[in-house]
Amino acid sequence: MRVLDIKDLTATAGGIEILRGITLSVRAGEVHAIMGPNGSGKSTLAQVLAGHPAYEVTGGSVTFNGQDLLAMQPEKRAQAGVFLAFQYPVEIPGVTNAYFLRAAYNAKRSAQGLEELDPMDFLDLLEEKLKLVEWGPEIMSRAVNAGFSGGEKKRNEILQMAVLEPTLAILDETDSGLDIDALKIVANGVNSLRQPDSATIVVTHYQRLLNHIVPDYVHVLVGGRIVKSGGKELALELEARGYEWLTEPAGAAA
Amino acid sequence: MTATGTPRPVEPRTAEPAWVAELRRAGAARFEGLRLPTPREEDWRFTDLAPIAKADLSPVRAPGALRAADIAPFLFGHSEWPRLVFANGRFQAALSNLAGLPAGARLGPLAALLAEAPELVEGTLGRLAVQPAAAALVGQNAAAFVDGYALILPANAIMDTPIHVLYVTDGRAARGAVHPRNVVVLGPHAVASVVESYVALADGMALTNTVTEASLAAGARFDHCKVQRDSTLAFHLATLEVRQEQDSYFNSFSFAAGAALSRTNIYTTLAGPGAHATLYGLYLGDGRQHVDHQTRIEHAAPNCTSWEVYKGILDGHAHGVFNGKVLVHPVAQKTDGKQTNKNLLLSETAKIDTKPQLEIFADDVKCTHGATVGSLDAVPLFYCQSRGIPEAQARTLLTYAFAADVLEEIRSRPVVDHLEDLMRAWLAAGPRGSRAAGRDEN
Repeated sequence: MRVLDIKDLTATAGGIEILRGITLSVRAGEVHAIMGPNGSGKSTLAQVLAGHPAYEVTGGSVTFNGQDLLAMQPEKRAQAGVFLAFQYPVEIPGVTNAYFLRAAYNAKRSAQGLEELDPMDFLDLLEEKLKLVEWGPEIMSRAVNAGFSGGEKKRNEILQMAVLEPTLAILDETDSGLDIDALKIVANGVNSLRQPDSATIVVTHYQRLLNHIVPDYVHVLVGGRIVKSGGKELALELEARGYEWLTEPAGAAA
Repeated sequence: MTATGTPRPVEPRTAEPAWVAELRRAGAARFEGLRLPTPREEDWRFTDLAPIAKADLSPVRAPGALRAADIAPFLFGHSEWPRLVFANGRFQAALSNLAGLPAGARLGPLAALLAEAPELVEGTLGRLAVQPAAAALVGQNAAAFVDGYALILPANAIMDTPIHVLYVTDGRAARGAVHPRNVVVLGPHAVASVVESYVALADGMALTNTVTEASLAAGARFDHCKVQRDSTLAFHLATLEVRQEQDSYFNSFSFAAGAALSRTNIYTTLAGPGAHATLYGLYLGDGRQHVDHQTRIEHAAPNCTSWEVYKGILDGHAHGVFNGKVLVHPVAQKTDGKQTNKNLLLSETAKIDTKPQLEIFADDVKCTHGATVGSLDAVPLFYCQSRGIPEAQARTLLTYAFAADVLEEIRSRPVVDHLEDLMRAWLAAGPRGSRAAGRDEN
């Protein structure tokens, strides 16, 4: 079963073309890694899938579980099961983690026609989710990401993902800025959230995270196009050889 | 020249002492001489009182009569809190609660105190509210005031719970004016907290022109919160002037969500070393509301501190004004002053004039000030949406978050809860910021 079907996707930011024809299919149960040098369009692809308003889709299509993803507002995509773990999680001073998570969770419940959870019931649900990222309940009374360390912010993203239980999780450079302990916590969280009917896209610059979240497929993005796809061994090859051997032909083709 | 609001005694005040009669006479003369200020004066540059002058609102003569049910929607906190209720400026004994005071404390309507023991306020009433910017308003109030609250605490008297003073206008106040006059005298190390609420039972063009004077002896603490929820057809003018002796602490909060046109003056003089003032405020405007705050913190002694944070959220065609002055006298070395004004404009037609002002005449001080004006950021908005929170709800959430931290200095939890409720009600009252800038609707 196909969770995600991207065909010839092109997108611009501020009039500059960044994605130049991406085609990619992701089936249920799979983990896809998207690698590439800085500026290759990896993060743009992740954000376009989540509906970031800074990018304009200029061509192609994206089908998510049979629905036209590009026609949906960002909140509708999230409610339908798309989750983007941000490369730079946003600080929201004045809103507690507890309130924010419950608002997100209840928005999804409402969209599914389910009754909203009151604060007490929600706390019960949270208890279990917090264990996944090895946190105590005190994190819930802090403002969303405000004053969090880099590692705490990434863990908070995984906590949100645990609460929302997405069908498609997109991790945008989730490994950047993490020490090895935090990396393991984050990777364990992601792995234990995998379901037979869900899929994961891991966007990363380095192979390191892929030791912990093992991909079925690795795609190399250069200049807004996928220039090479392979199995998990491709990530090891990229680690050893760098990206230069792949950037040359892409440059020549462009 | 019209006889705009020319104050005439509303009723015979034979019980008042001669010095009060003189205060009234001088106030009337000052108002006659000055008339209402105009935007030609620097302190009123952004606020035009012409609609008030034109409306010619004379003091309300109709005595108010309220039932308990009328005021129920405006009460909060605990029923045992001391409470004074005024209807169209008249004290409502049956709805008030003056029990539970510490020994030696006096709390009650000012008119009664002026008849019984005027000497208790002689050093304060009419002596503190002297800033030229508010002279006309204070003069008019002196000439016309009927009543208000008086609080006198002896040395070391501590009141743990806030006193709620509720000023209610009803339909009989329409096309009239109410001039409440309040006095607070705190002895050394006395502690008191007052919440002044201004509410309307009916929409109408009424003027409230309130004046509060508070004298804080050494080590005293005074928490003052003004909750302005007047009718959106009404005019609200308020002046609070405080004098602080050594090591005293004045904590002020001004919440403004009502009135067509409002101006709140909050002035304090840090007259003794080690005094501390915190001035916080939140103003919410929509439609064609005009909401103005002027604060003035005068550092007149060394080692004093003042912190000020005002936040504003403006929608529709609302116009906000903030002018915060901090004056540091040559003697006021080691002054530590921080002043911030932040504004969130939810529409392209809302407007703010903000003017933080520092005037420093001492050389060993630490003073900062800053002001910001902006719309909701697109990035946090997208972050909320990417978690499934619908755009309208996300806007409300972020707008609330922008303002919520300004309530942190309020010590009484029920007061904070009350203001949070009012803020939420305001946010829920309309689709806020549907025209916010910086947002591509596609």
